[in-house]
Amino acid sequence: MYSEEFKASLAAVEAARDNNIALEPARMTAQQKEDLLAAYHPDYKKDEFAELKIGPNKGEKVPTELAQTLQAHSRISSDSVDLENPDYDVDVLIIGGGGAGTSAAIEAHEAGANVMIVTKLRVGDANTMMAEGGIQAADKPNDSPAIHFVDAFGGGHFAAKRELLSKLVCDAPEAIQWLSNLGVEFDKEEDGTMVTTHGGGTSRKRMHAAKDYSGAEIMRTLRDEVMNRQIPIVDFTSAIELILDENGNAAGAVLMNMETKDLLVAKAKTVIIATGGAGRMHYQGFPTSNHYGATADGLVLGYRAGAKLLYAETLQYHPTGAAYPEQIFGALVTEKVRSLGAKLVNSKGEVFMHPLETRDVAAASIIRECSTRENGVDTGNGQGVWLDTPMIEKIGGEGTIEKRIPAMMRMFAKYGIDIRKEPILVYPTLHYQNGGLDITPDGMTTNVKNLFVAGEAVGGIHGRNRLMGNSLLDIIVFGRGAGISAAAAAKEANVGKLTLKHVDAFEAEIKAAGIETEEVSPKLLPNYTKQKNI
Amino acid sequence: MSNMVNIFLFGKKYEVPENLTIMSAMEYAGYQLVRGCGCRNGFCGACATIYRIKGDRELKACLACQTKVEDNMYIATLPFFPLVKQVYDMEKIKPTEAVMMQLYPEIYACIGCNACTKACTQELNVMQYIAYAQRGDFEKCAEESFDCVMCGVCSSRCPAGISHPQVAMLARRINGKYLAPGCGHLEDRVQEIKDGTFNDLIEALMQKPVEEIKELYNNREIEK
Repeated sequence: MYSEEFKASLAAVEAARDNNIALEPARMTAQQKEDLLAAYHPDYKKDEFAELKIGPNKGEKVPTELAQTLQAHSRISSDSVDLENPDYDVDVLIIGGGGAGTSAAIEAHEAGANVMIVTKLRVGDANTMMAEGGIQAADKPNDSPAIHFVDAFGGGHFAAKRELLSKLVCDAPEAIQWLSNLGVEFDKEEDGTMVTTHGGGTSRKRMHAAKDYSGAEIMRTLRDEVMNRQIPIVDFTSAIELILDENGNAAGAVLMNMETKDLLVAKAKTVIIATGGAGRMHYQGFPTSNHYGATADGLVLGYRAGAKLLYAETLQYHPTGAAYPEQIFGALVTEKVRSLGAKLVNSKGEVFMHPLETRDVAAASIIRECSTRENGVDTGNGQGVWLDTPMIEKIGGEGTIEKRIPAMMRMFAKYGIDIRKEPILVYPTLHYQNGGLDITPDGMTTNVKNLFVAGEAVGGIHGRNRLMGNSLLDIIVFGRGAGISAAAAAKEANVGKLTLKHVDAFEAEIKAAGIETEEVSPKLLPNYTKQKNI
Repeated sequence: MSNMVNIFLFGKKYEVPENLTIMSAMEYAGYQLVRGCGCRNGFCGACATIYRIKGDRELKACLACQTKVEDNMYIATLPFFPLVKQVYDMEKIKPTEAVMMQLYPEIYACIGCNACTKACTQELNVMQYIAYAQRGDFEKCAEESFDCVMCGVCSSRCPAGISHPQVAMLARRINGKYLAPGCGHLEDRVQEIKDGTFNDLIEALMQKPVEEIKELYNNREIEK
């Protein structure tokens, strides 16, 4: 139920619905896309970026908030922690309990390693849990890993590291098979054929889903498998610094109990950073679709230990975050809504773009509609455009929404909006960290030995923009890969004397560069106390 | 300025704007959450919460991130509930009724009170999916329980000590692994990749100048 203010615009949307369903809007040309992005995409707003003054990426620009957290003080120094008597001593230490961390844990365990997961909230409190739309894999006869490669490479502005991308697309079908064998319930036809749809920027229908709980279904299954294997999980405990050995190789982490603030030392032969994204950094003041702990921790840990970042200046703003009601402001409205036929419509009832352009283009296009074109709808809390969900029922038949996107239906129903009958208001929301730590195809960082990275904390797999469904895929492919590689490397590793000298050295660099800051990092959690609007 | 309402967090009174969710109201009141907060979007089940409106006998359950505050709401969060999770090997398990009997025999002690269903934060028919599990109808149990976020409120209300979310988890995994139809095109593709069918194509893409890939990308045929 929408209040009176929306009625006129809503009527225009309804009146135009049948014509809009029939309409096949043109896709933008390469030049049109380029111009649109340069003018409206948040990544192109120069004054929102700051130059890094220290560290492996010195001289490069990253979002101002990220620069501050990367160049903030550590919580500890080398003399405040006793490294001689570790509380844990394992082969493979995995930092993060999301999809990448659990996939890595399962594979490392399978390879016979003594593995442990440390996670600052509960295992499964991760963006994986919230991924709704699906996971890509080129497993249909009209598709191939090569076509998948071209889609993703183009969608990422031809900037992906090709050796990472080729691993992503070639390992994709096996990733689906692995998940299926673990018991993940993918949507299938009666004969077992996968139900697949398009995502923005795909040229083949290769989006596999489990209704619109795709990530949740994958995450809860992986978590269950970790528990079945009785892999130790140290929860409500965050890593606050990596530990290196005297040779400069990764050799563990200093941990902090989130509740008691007690410090613990975990020694390890190899370390996997699987800490996820950064939506809770609220770059440029954007709301976010991310979970509570998405604060770029892994980037900070890696950067202080000397690991390089790649494309840390590129973020993904999901075009369709909920713009109304305010209680779910910024929450993800899955791209699958558009895959199933809903189009984006402005305040006048006009379809202003093809609904399945890539995410960066779609986000920029919505921002243009709501700014210079003045075709946005005033939500009382900002601007938005309509996403005409009733189209889905008209195209796919009554009941399609309940069957295919039940989570969306539920989310809006709680606030009295029946998305089968009424459209919803959307605006871009901070969704994904395209960049991250630079790795080789085996998952190891390019310049810190025995330090592996998997999942959203990696940079370079997708280039400068990611396609829908390639993130659930990358956490599985690179999570598994990191687990296998880290277990193998652990067998070869000779861990020398443990040290936190790099933490002291980084602190000295902060001083030498004249950076004045009171901030400590990693941030671990956002602070929302005493705030009315988040 | 929005209207204010009185809420009681663990019995203590706070005045908060009426348009906030329970979670953001706790933060507005000054709580820095560590427990009881996860995805903030209704998917993870971290913020199970029990409340009662003053004067109302009925005890209600919800997710704090998905529920608006009301005046005179007495709120207690349930950030952890000791569910029983049995350990099993998915490769060795058999998709028969006996599995439930072995791993979760307490489901047969269900007294049919339906407290689980009434408490479910996702409005699932919990008692019904447990009935399906009792009969070894894993497919129906999986379907009925699919939207479960494993918050544990159902189990907190169960006089028979059933860990409903874990029972459903087992049913879904059995259904996904053993009962759902196999996927021929997936098996074929995995084999083709193992056989190196696409190696040349991928290798060519690895070497191709960016301009040529741009041509490919900008002129690719898009499936209708």
